Amino acid sequence: MSYSKRVIDHYENPSNVGSLNPEDKDVGTGLVGAPACGDVMKLQIKVNPSGHIEEAKFKTFGCGSAIASSSVVTEWLKGKTLEEAAQIKNADIASYLALPPVKIHCSVLAHEAISAAISDYSLKQAPKL
Amino acid sequence: MSSSSLIYLDYQATTPCDPRVLEKMMPYFKEIYGNPHSRNHDFGWKAEQGVEAARAQVAATIGADAKEIIFTSGATESNNLAIKGAAKFYSEKRHIITTQIEHKCVLASCRQLEREGWEITYLPVGKTGRIDLDQLKKAMRPDTLMVSVMAVNNEIGVIQPIEEIGAMCREKGVLFHTDAAQAVGKIPLDVKKMNIDLLSISGHKLYGPKGIGALYISRKPRVRLEALIHGGDQERGFRSGTLPTPLCVGLGEACALAQQEMESENSRIEGLRKQFLKKIFSSLSDVTLNGDEAYRIPGNINLSFAYVEGEGLMMGIKDLALSSGSACTSQSLESSYVLRALGVDDDLAPTSLRIGLGRFTTHEEVDYAADSICRAVLKLREMSPLWEMAQAGIDLRTVQWGQHH
Repeated sequence: MSYSKRVIDHYENPSNVGSLNPEDKDVGTGLVGAPACGDVMKLQIKVNPSGHIEEAKFKTFGCGSAIASSSVVTEWLKGKTLEEAAQIKNADIASYLALPPVKIHCSVLAHEAISAAISDYSLKQAPKL
Repeated sequence: MSSSSLIYLDYQATTPCDPRVLEKMMPYFKEIYGNPHSRNHDFGWKAEQGVEAARAQVAATIGADAKEIIFTSGATESNNLAIKGAAKFYSEKRHIITTQIEHKCVLASCRQLEREGWEITYLPVGKTGRIDLDQLKKAMRPDTLMVSVMAVNNEIGVIQPIEEIGAMCREKGVLFHTDAAQAVGKIPLDVKKMNIDLLSISGHKLYGPKGIGALYISRKPRVRLEALIHGGDQERGFRSGTLPTPLCVGLGEACALAQQEMESENSRIEGLRKQFLKKIFSSLSDVTLNGDEAYRIPGNINLSFAYVEGEGLMMGIKDLALSSGSACTSQSLESSYVLRALGVDDDLAPTSLRIGLGRFTTHEEVDYAADSICRAVLKLREMSPLWEMAQAGIDLRTVQWGQHH
């Protein structure tokens, strides 16, 4: 398997590895994938009162492409509104990292992680019935 | 031992040809090029002498007579010939017993016989990777032709109770074949004492050349096989085809060296193994040694690292040439049926590495490899949500994971 330079860079020096407190009201957490499939991604976003993503953190169990996909996504998410964040497509990630066809699922998973984090955050903001 | 920056730790996949072996082979490429089956001139006679001396060297390594050794292209052919050849010759007996962790060439030969109407019992192994002798005894039937159990497993290095199996087979009048590709030169083997009827040998697993192997076929008691390859009736009709003289000579020399140096080599490699494991276990938790701790060859270390994904780990240890497997169906690593047979827990999503040490492995290489592996595992665990959850006391088996992709 030959990886693109960007995948290798993100694998070797990943951005924003870490965790935010999932209990905080301004934090949205997405946990996607499964150990049996060989990839699990945890993506967390912290949204400030103006509705912008202030911080994004990830932890990923997976191959170099999965780690790079989540690392890239955390960089892209910072400063975006939730609407803008929701616009990130898996194809954007795949083409930026030049993922080969067998690794497209890594970008799909990263995309799912964004959606999951946003919906977790939105759910927390929704008024309790 | 090589100019590349890669460290070779895959001695169960293959071994480099020992320079002393290569030196013995060279004249048979250059001057002594006769056909060893040519009866009419010195070129042939000299080549034949080389082949026969090699045959005696191979035989001596396993306590056999030279007449009981035939040369083949490798252990795959030897295993095919032993299993299919015996089944076809003694076709009135339709049952064969083997294990779930045999090499693919044994399993595939058995599967082929199954398609042709034979019945095969695949014995399970316990967590240690060793078969249960009581289970073997219970599996034996009046129509059991053969038991085929490998002497040493290629993935986990575990040694089977060969002598006990041999005694049981002899008592029941069942043929005993053992795939000894990973065992010859690594553990003492004596076909008479161990009651082995058929034994497969590979050249390139014991510092000999690739493309050559041998099959021991007992003469007392006499074992007969139907040939798979027909032609000029070389190798007493068991295996036609002109013998590759240089390769035969190389296998013979490799066997002789392995025999002479087995004890000192094993103790040196055992030292390297201990040094490696000490480093790993003092830096990392949640690491398991796969396979029996006592009954194993010193050159094999098979470790499972929990909460770390295989391909990610391999990317972090790019300068180590070793094999990786997984008990789970990770995307691009082949899942290991051997580890699954051992019941390696895939809920913890472990990655296993097979670290093969051998004749040319040095202390420096072992230290470097252990340090690299520890560094990569620590870094990946720092990044692993599974590790984080486990540290927080969450049982990963109880988590509802997403859909499979």
